Order: sequence, then structure tokens, then C-alpha cells
Amino acid sequence: MSLIEADEITKTYRLGEIDLNALNNVSVAIERGEFIAVMGPSGSGKSTFMNILGCLDKPTSGRYILEGTDVANLDRDELAAIRNKKIGFVFQGFNLLSRTSAIENVELPMLYDGLPAKERREKAMHALGIVGLSGREEHRPNQLSGGQQQRVAIARALVNNAPIILADEPTGNLDTRTSIEIMELFVRLNRDSNITVILVTHEKDIAAFSRRQIFFRDGAIVCDGAAAVS
Amino acid sequence: MINIPSTIKISFRALRVNKMRSALTMLGIIIGVGAVITMLAVGTGARQRIGEQIASIGSNLIMVLPGTTTSGGVRLGAGTQQTLTMKDAEAIQKECPAVAYVAPVHNGTAQVIYGNQNWSTAVTGTTSSMLSVRDWAISSGRSFTEDDVRSAAKVCLLGQTVSDNLFGDSNPVGQIIRIRKVPFTVIGLLESKGQSPMGQDQDDVIYVPITTAQKKLFGAPIPGMVRTIMVKANSNEDLQAAEAQVNSLLRQRHRIGLGQRQEDDFTVRNLTQMMQAQEQSTKVMTLLLGAIASVSLLVGGIGIMNIMLVSVTERTREIGIRMAIGAKTWDIRLQFIIEALILSMIGGIAGILIGVTGSQIVSLLAGWSTVVSPLSILLAFGFSGFVGIFFGFYPAYKASLLDPIEALRYE
Repeated sequence: MSLIEADEITKTYRLGEIDLNALNNVSVAIERGEFIAVMGPSGSGKSTFMNILGCLDKPTSGRYILEGTDVANLDRDELAAIRNKKIGFVFQGFNLLSRTSAIENVELPMLYDGLPAKERREKAMHALGIVGLSGREEHRPNQLSGGQQQRVAIARALVNNAPIILADEPTGNLDTRTSIEIMELFVRLNRDSNITVILVTHEKDIAAFSRRQIFFRDGAIVCDGAAAVS
Repeated sequence: MINIPSTIKISFRALRVNKMRSALTMLGIIIGVGAVITMLAVGTGARQRIGEQIASIGSNLIMVLPGTTTSGGVRLGAGTQQTLTMKDAEAIQKECPAVAYVAPVHNGTAQVIYGNQNWSTAVTGTTSSMLSVRDWAISSGRSFTEDDVRSAAKVCLLGQTVSDNLFGDSNPVGQIIRIRKVPFTVIGLLESKGQSPMGQDQDDVIYVPITTAQKKLFGAPIPGMVRTIMVKANSNEDLQAAEAQVNSLLRQRHRIGLGQRQEDDFTVRNLTQMMQAQEQSTKVMTLLLGAIASVSLLVGGIGIMNIMLVSVTERTREIGIRMAIGAKTWDIRLQFIIEALILSMIGGIAGILIGVTGSQIVSLLAGWSTVVSPLSILLAFGFSGFVGIFFGFYPAYKASLLDPIEALRYE
């Protein structure tokens, strides 16, 4: 059984009189431990695809099975629980809570999982250690550099031991050197902890870190295969 | 599972971010709660004072006055016709089941002398049941007995004011005073009763046996004539019945025909009922004031809702982040409800302090007695909590319905 099985997923948006197919019969299977780059021009459907993978959105038709669970039949709170347990999100704009210390940002997923305070703190400390931010626990996002903020976000994605990290242009706001550092962190997490990393990117350099690349165009996968050796 | 302590911590942080805004939002609740507490305190104080007054004139009291005389078409006032007698008083005592005590009164004003002191006061001739009628106790000495009344003994009970004026601090019991030059032995001192509802000093009084008053002090045109009969009903419930019974008994005794439009030659006044009507109107006033004050609390609640709606909009992205990492519907709802609750509860506590201080200022400046009851504090506190939850719910509900994708995209 694959980690992710998407079967003929279609997502239709209704814009006035016109039906817009953001995704058109997309089928894909992703195994545990894969490192995938999702690419394509804007409006190609890759964001919609990522939202559905991340259980933020439901397909109009088709099946999406995540670790054996058919996500299409779940309600809001059940989807929230799945996101909490199985998916770590990393965004282009970091999306940390401002005025909230790094460690509290990392604790947040565990807060919604109902973990006791002591355990939350320990796990958050550990996660911040993994991303190389030990000693910066009490810093607020505005006291951290972009790369450090993204590391906090990655620690937050890791902390509940989610098997999947979905990263939406995680290096989009970072300079080249920092981007490479962040990508190396993803590679390390993928290699050492067998975390499945799926990231959206525009840049070939970034996509080169992946082992599999999926290209979208006009709501469909046009190319899905092992990365060309760069 | 929802983690309340952490949610409270998050809410406090969110409120601290906009200190000024939070404070202004609370102000609505502070004013509302403060107003409710103050208004209730003023009303409760007024009611309590009336209650004390009822207690001071004696409870369940009915007064029977003689009727009026008409002299050449000119009607003279109540009491000008002397129609009530000792016999009437005795009959009321015997034949009206709703009546507990009856005290006939024959009174006048007299100059009182003791040693080199003299004082003008109201001298009331009555029987020993007067003290029961008026719920009045003797502070030292004894009351007069039936024997004293029967034999028209020259004994008297002094009110506190009279005693103060004639005897200063020394004990008057056993001393002999002269009322209209007639020597009387002081046998008892009445407890202090304070002012009457009309502001008269109730302690400025001397009680003597009614027979003594009739025969030796003021005289009686008709033998056994009395000026007033004080009647005490068994209970508050029996007041109406007692009034009716006294009325019909006296009509019968005075041979006033039912059929003819003959005027009563006496008047029955229900003192307690008058006071109770006053108390009732104060109660209504209290409720009214409380209701008006509650409106400001309501407005404060709307202020909370307003600010919470703004807050939800401002923090759309934060809500999106929280949802993406696993916040469930009630996690989000509770966060905003708790925020509203904290605003209203802190406002409520501050409002209680303001209200307590405010009612003290009112009693100081206006001279009204105010009473802050624990119930009104509890009520105001509970009400402010309710306002927080009630007006916090809609914004919280709105927040929880946001679409995480839209919310994350919100700038």
C-alpha cells in the first residue's frame, strides 16, 4: 500500500457560469520516503493539488487515500486531525505566529493534539535542535532571519512526527545560500528520518534536490519521473 | 481535546497586543456593571430604609380615627367628632378575630417638670397593649399593668428624648415628675425608636394609663372617650381582614345603616399598607434603574462583539495557520470566546469596584443610604460573564467557519 494514492482526482471551481477544472483526472501514487518536486507554471493546478494532498481541500471527484484512509469522506474536524498528525506544512512566507516565541510556534501542533505542557516543551526543544536552532527557543520571528524562521517552520512541521512534509515554495523568500541550506535540511530529514518530502518550486536548482519530479500543465500531470541528474 | 490553560494564555497575549483597544472595550462593561451595581445599591438602600421605618412604627398597624363634624356646611377635619370610646376598643379586641392587639389612645400636649428642668411633650394615655401594638420594648423599669389602668394610677413611661431632657444621663425610673402639675411616678423607660417615617422624633413621648389621661390630665367630654384606637393585625395576611372587621364592627356599634348613604363617623387607616405600597414602588424603581443600567451593559457587550469581529478579520491569517496545523472548530471558537470572556470578566471585576465606590460616593454626596448586596455583585459578575460568552460567540463562530486555504492567503 502506498502512502498516498490519488485516483482520478478532479477539482472543479465554479466561476459564475463557467466551470473551471483546476485538476483533471489526476492520478498519482507516492511511497513513503520519496522526495518529490512538483513543478509547473502558475495556474497549472499544482497549488490545488498540494491543497488536496494537504487535506486543506477536498476533490470534487476521485479518491484520495492517505495511509489507507479515504479522505473524501471526512468532515472538517477529522481533516484537521489528519493534518495535525500526518502532514507538516512549510510555506513560502513561513507563516509563523508573530509575537510568539520560536518554541511556542513549534509547540502549537502538539497543543491541538492535547499533549501535556512538559512533553510539548521537550519535543519542541528536540525539534528545534534537529533544525539547528538550539539556543534560539525564546526568539520571536521578528528577531530571526528568514532562513531561521523557515527552520522554525520546519521544526513545527516535524514535531508531531508527521510522515509527510508539504512545502510550498519553501525557498521562495530566501537568498541562494540560505535556500541551499534549507534544501539540505530537507534532504537530511528525508534521508535520516524517512520523511516524505513533497515540495512545489519554480526553480530547477531547487527541484534538483528531489529524486522525482512531477510537472503540471492545465490541471493535469504532463510528466512524472525520476529527476534528471543535474 | 481542548487545552484550556494554554488557550487562556494565548488569549491574554492577544489582548495585550492591543492594550488600548482591550481597555476601551472593557470600558463598556466597566460602566455597565458599575451602573448596575450602583443603581441596585441605591434602590436596595431606599427599600431597606422603608423597611426599617415600617419596623419602627410597628408592623401590621391599623389606626382608627374619629369622624368629622360638619358645622354649618363646613366640614371639619378628622377627629373633630368624638365618637370613639373605650368600649369600641374593647369590642374590637373581643370580636375581630384578625386583630391581635388593640390600644386606645387619648393624648395631648403637656408641660413636664422635674426639679429645675421642664419640657413640653406629647403625653399619650393608653393601655399596656400599646407596647405590643407598636413592637416597642422597655429598656429599664416596667410597663403599666391592667391594675394601673383600672385605678387610673399616676405612673408613666418616658421616651428616651424626654428622659434625656429631664434627667440627662441619670436613670429616671422611680423618680417623680409633674405633668401639668400632677405628680407621676416614672416606672419605666422606653427603648429608643428614632425618627418616624415623617421625621418626627418618636422618643419624644410619655405614656400614661389612658384612664389617668382621661380623668386627671386632659379630661373627656364623654366618659370613656378616646381620640384614636391603634389596632395590630395578627399578620400581614390578616391586615385586610382586620381592616374590614374593624370597619363593619364599628358601623354596627355606631348604628350606621348599610342601605343609606350615611357617612362613617370614623376613619380606618391602614398604616402598614401605605408603607408597603411605598416599599413596592421603591422595588419597582430599583428594577427600573437596574434595567436601565443593564442597557449600558448590553451596549458594552455589543462593543465586545464589535472588537472581536475586527480581531477575527485582522487575525484571519493566524486562524488559517492554526487550522492548517490541526486546530479543530472548537479550538478556534473557544480561543475567541475565552478572549471575549476575559475582556468581559476583567471589565466586570473593575465595574464591581467602580460600582461599590460609586454607591459610596452617591450616599456621601446625596445622603441616600445605599446598600451593595452580595447578590447584586454576584449577579453583575455572572451577567458580565454571560455577556462575554453571548457576544463572543458570533465572532468565534465566524472565525471557526473560515476556509483554511482562503485564510492562509489573507494578507
